[in-house]
Amino acid sequence: MQNSIRTPYDRVVMAVPVTIPYVRYSIESAQWWIGRALKSLVDGAGITPRDIDGFCVSSFTAGLDSGISLTQHFGLCVRWLDTIPLGGASAIAALRRAARAVQAGDARIVACVAGDTNHVDSFRFTLENFSRFNQDAVYPYGAGGANASFALIARNYMRKFGAQREDFGKIAVAQRANALRNPHALMKTPLTIEQYMAARPIADPIHLFDCVMPCAGAEAFLVMGEDVAASLKLPAAKILATIERHNAFGDDPVQVRGGWAMDVDELYAMAGVKPDDLDFVETYDDYPVISMMQFEDLGFCRKGEGPDFVRQHDLTIDGTFPHNTSGGQLSVGQAGAGGAYLGVVEAMRQVLGLAGPTQVKDARIGLASGFGMINYDRGLASGAAILAGPGI
Amino acid sequence: MIEPIAKPRRKNPLSRTRLPMSPPRARSRASHGFTRAAAEGRFVLQCCGACSTFCYPARDACPSCLSADLVFVDAPRRGMLLSETTLHVPADVYFRERAPWRVGLVAMDCGPKLVAHLHADCEEGRPVTMSFQLDKSGQAVAFAHPERETPNMTDDRQWREMTADPKFRRVLVTNGRSIVGQEVVTALKAAGASIVFVGVAEPWKPFRGEETLRALEGVQIVPLDIGDEKSVADLAADIGGKVDILVNTSEHVRVGGLLDRQGTSVVRDEIDQTYLGFVHLAQAFGPAMRMRGSDGVNSAAAWVNILSVYALANWPVFGAYSASQAASLSLSHCLRAELRPGGVKVVNVFTGPLDTEWFQTVPPPKVAPRMVATSIVSALKRGLEDVFVGDVAEDIRQRLAANPKALERELGS
Repeated sequence: MQNSIRTPYDRVVMAVPVTIPYVRYSIESAQWWIGRALKSLVDGAGITPRDIDGFCVSSFTAGLDSGISLTQHFGLCVRWLDTIPLGGASAIAALRRAARAVQAGDARIVACVAGDTNHVDSFRFTLENFSRFNQDAVYPYGAGGANASFALIARNYMRKFGAQREDFGKIAVAQRANALRNPHALMKTPLTIEQYMAARPIADPIHLFDCVMPCAGAEAFLVMGEDVAASLKLPAAKILATIERHNAFGDDPVQVRGGWAMDVDELYAMAGVKPDDLDFVETYDDYPVISMMQFEDLGFCRKGEGPDFVRQHDLTIDGTFPHNTSGGQLSVGQAGAGGAYLGVVEAMRQVLGLAGPTQVKDARIGLASGFGMINYDRGLASGAAILAGPGI
Repeated sequence: MIEPIAKPRRKNPLSRTRLPMSPPRARSRASHGFTRAAAEGRFVLQCCGACSTFCYPARDACPSCLSADLVFVDAPRRGMLLSETTLHVPADVYFRERAPWRVGLVAMDCGPKLVAHLHADCEEGRPVTMSFQLDKSGQAVAFAHPERETPNMTDDRQWREMTADPKFRRVLVTNGRSIVGQEVVTALKAAGASIVFVGVAEPWKPFRGEETLRALEGVQIVPLDIGDEKSVADLAADIGGKVDILVNTSEHVRVGGLLDRQGTSVVRDEIDQTYLGFVHLAQAFGPAMRMRGSDGVNSAAAWVNILSVYALANWPVFGAYSASQAASLSLSHCLRAELRPGGVKVVNVFTGPLDTEWFQTVPPPKVAPRMVATSIVSALKRGLEDVFVGDVAEDIRQRLAANPKALERELGS
């Protein structure tokens, strides 16, 4: 294991994991959802909005508003501000940036928020206006959101590494079992492997239960100094290590790995732990094939061994490899950029022992990852973080 | 392997005509480099002038060396189909109506990867040949074809969305008296058009080729004088709902420019017969065609104009005629925009002087009327929008691109 030369995130912590319960469709705006998350943050921390001096926000549906407009909307006077448009990698990026800002003294308490609404017609608007490459070279081909892009990736992965639909199904079914213990999950009914296999095709080989359900919701957390958290008497999660990488492996003809594979050694070196030491893993699961890829790229098995790894593990909360313990986006719902935060916020709860019905017994260290932005033919953004509870 | 499409049955007059939907239309400005190429049936990619790297999608800087010198160049068409998918539940209404729909990811031999519509005979892991096509929104999309010809390949459902193939379509050819008109009728019948309506002004007056025309099965002579608004409206009232392709073969060629003509009567005739004739046709037939853009196998598909290439640059020897052609060209762009919601293509066929009576004084090379006809059918089958027929038309096109001022001086000398 190599040594990391990066500065550790000493004396910086994450606190107050917030989830604003999701709904399938909302007539409220993204600003409303972000506002509810901010309110929960200040209430949960026992502070006032004036105590927040750093703000980091991600949203697909806030229209013309970026972070700066939102400061006035919410009455925040901050000295550090960031708007992160990285889709599924937004939460990892947010905690990385916020932690360094706090560490450097540029901000004392940073509110990191992702919130999106889902009007009956807003998802299509997001699809149509996603990016220039998407507009020019993907959307005109009938690609329903990322479905077609991931279908091409999944099919190639299946052929190359022998993954079967059943293997993806096992991931989805386990997450549904986890979700049934999460009162916030939009999916409330059990899912069997038979139902998974029999689901209607969306874009071969992607079938219905490989897809996330777009919804409205918000997720958030605070980043602050260890001393500030102590003075507020807040349970606080440590950041052992993070990585972030964009547009990696551009020469791979079809995406078979994400940017994690480039930096995974660095991730564990900085954290001073091995993959085996982790008590749970929250991968970014917009499709099961991407979770399977992460099992490989994040060091739990070698490239191509993902299908076998899934076959040999029980991925439920009480299983041998607790994975996406909240139910993940596949069963909780994808609240736009909130989907990026889902795993991070759940990981905070797990290491703090606050996960309630989805709690992994004695969870102390866990990993959360992010993946995002199918700009053209592949996901460009990736990141991961290893978090630990106060005992570590 | 493609099953041949069946001849559509007669439409139930009580059933609702589906309104045409359009695939997504928005494109970046750079991406219209592909639109330009697709209109002429060329396959281009951006290539970096500094490091010769090909790239896709359209960029404003080279992803290899950051040079801004990205040029759309004719590129090798061969690629490999890496992965494919069949869309069963697309988000967009146009595709949802047409699901299941196949798309794939193609790695070009020259480097870039293209998301593309797939011909049904394309196989994963096999070579494909690429083209850019204008889809029903009028914008360019990448289309993958099997490397070798396969049975009934032009009947492919997704391919037919990109083309205006005359097979099983009903066509109006506006002037059956002209040789060009008669050649066009013959070519369209040979291409599988089910009915060709042939407009003839004052049909009681006999004309050369009439007997051959009348003897053709599936050809119906109809009274039409496009300079006469009422005549056009009457015909549209009769057959307007079953014209899938309209080919305007009307011609009114007179030699001469401005100063050597006395008065405006000849000019007025040219405008009446050419420009206003076009207006009459468009107003009478355009609205119904636009409504019938997705009316099954024999949906409305294309409007074809035959224009003199001197619409693009005035040739003073036929100066006033050139101007009437330029007016029609300009109007064709308006018509193209207005027919676009229906997915109906406007095809402009630019020709040099034809080998006909009115160009008697012009030295060769001249364009044989049959060549115009085969070019039209080819353009419809390939889904083209701008076609240059013959050596003179191609010569003018190139000189115009090189130096319009030089062309003006030289045509005027």
